[in-house]
Amino acid sequence: MTGTDVPLQPKKKGLTRRQKRSLSRGIQYAVFVAAVIAFAVAADWDRLANQFAQGDIARQMFPDVITLALKNTVLYTVSGFVVGLVLGMVIALMRLSSVGPYRWLAGVYIEIFRGLPALLIFIFIGVAVPLAFPGTEIPGGTYGKVALALGLVAAAYMAETIRAGIQAVPKGQMEAARSLGFSPARAMISIIIPQAFRIILPPLTNELVLLFKDSSLVLFLGVTLEERELSKFGRDLASQTANSTPILVAGLCYLLVTIPLGFVVRRMEAKAQEAVK
Amino acid sequence: MTEKTQTPGARAEIDVRGLHKSFGANEVLRGIDLEIKQGEVVCVIGPSGSGKSTLLRCVNLLEEPSKGQVFVGGAELTDPDVDIDAVRRRIGMVFQQFNLFPHLTVTENLTLPQRRVLGRDKAAAAKVAAENLERVGLSEKASAYPASLSGGQQQRVAIARALAMGPDVMLFDEPTSALDPELVGDVLAVMRMLANEGMTMMVVTHEMTFAREVADRVVFMDGGVIVEDGTPDQVIGNPRHERTRHFLSRLLDPAMAEVEEEDSAP
Repeated sequence: MTGTDVPLQPKKKGLTRRQKRSLSRGIQYAVFVAAVIAFAVAADWDRLANQFAQGDIARQMFPDVITLALKNTVLYTVSGFVVGLVLGMVIALMRLSSVGPYRWLAGVYIEIFRGLPALLIFIFIGVAVPLAFPGTEIPGGTYGKVALALGLVAAAYMAETIRAGIQAVPKGQMEAARSLGFSPARAMISIIIPQAFRIILPPLTNELVLLFKDSSLVLFLGVTLEERELSKFGRDLASQTANSTPILVAGLCYLLVTIPLGFVVRRMEAKAQEAVK
Repeated sequence: MTEKTQTPGARAEIDVRGLHKSFGANEVLRGIDLEIKQGEVVCVIGPSGSGKSTLLRCVNLLEEPSKGQVFVGGAELTDPDVDIDAVRRRIGMVFQQFNLFPHLTVTENLTLPQRRVLGRDKAAAAKVAAENLERVGLSEKASAYPASLSGGQQQRVAIARALAMGPDVMLFDEPTSALDPELVGDVLAVMRMLANEGMTMMVVTHEMTFAREVADRVVFMDGGVIVEDGTPDQVIGNPRHERTRHFLSRLLDPAMAEVEEEDSAP
């Protein structure tokens, strides 16, 4: 060995690579701590607490915030999800169809409804549809309208998810089913779709979380007292009491549902990863 | 090959006439004529890319033939008006990759097709499933999921699943090629049992010992045509064609074949 004392790289003056790395990490920590301190010093905590954390106003929201507002939020979300799932399934199958116009139609639907803000869909359902078809009533009143608006938006996303799930099922499964005498439709229903849903359960649950938040757009439809969901409920109370505590409580109620759901999604994803191994 | 009508008595269970199959510009089958009689066991051998799997898949129309006719049990599959699902019920298919339904238990793999396709009730389907699991020696795995079984066990369940439909014909597409060597024997034993029971079988395989001992006929394919068709002793024991000899020598002793190949090259 002749080259043992020849350094691999020309030795520069200054820091080694390891020292550089720890210096860079140190700077990041310092910035973080400085930002937290600046925020804590600069914020007016008394006024914040006054505006957002009034215990008696928060107490006065119960039990209605749960029994009415959260219940309605869940109800809107679930009905929108069901509509979206059914519609999304139809669109996904159209997208995979061998009939050209079906594929084309499904593609157009997906592009349009993925490209529009959910808010516009709500306004369209709430305002444009009654104007265009006077006398027609969307069944289910507000609940029906919300289910339809949320469902229309969700269907576009779910259709793509479902399509990907169906395509992720190995080709041999359809071949095995067909060679056992299943018709294409029966094979799809009994063999392919159940497997596809296992694959897409995590992204579908994510979609549920998104819908849960989008249900707040109901407030643009004009709802009765009994139909209020978390956001509307919180906002109404906030203007009544001239205090923002209800907004904070409503926000916590959202997190009460979305954080556990997110946890469930991560668990499912981890499990799916394991199943692949 | 020339007779175009069904002769009663010596009934042809599978009858392939003038079959061509192309994938785009690639012609995989270039005119296949093959008749398999009731109760006959025919092994199809040949190098990869010879079209043997495509031929098998044409027999239950998993591949659509480009030209020619396929009859199974007297019904023409290539007739556009035929109820293909009804014909397929009479044809069992076993795949190289097993293709069990992973979301169902072993028993459900056997009962679901019976119930959905044949319309059997739950009890009847369960009874047939139990009988067929016993035939392949896997009764104790009835409630297991496919992922927990070995490859050999999965393949035996796949055979039982096909048998539960009561087929007249069984097609095997390289049933042991995806298996670890020590698991091959169990699957071949089940196939041997079926052959002894008089099942009509068409088997694409590389298992020469099985072909020699179990097959009534061996068909050697190369380049999309049938090169040789005869008894195992004729085709494997004493091949007439150079291509068959070459294939067999490579299969039986890959190392020797390489030397031969270099010898024959200029």
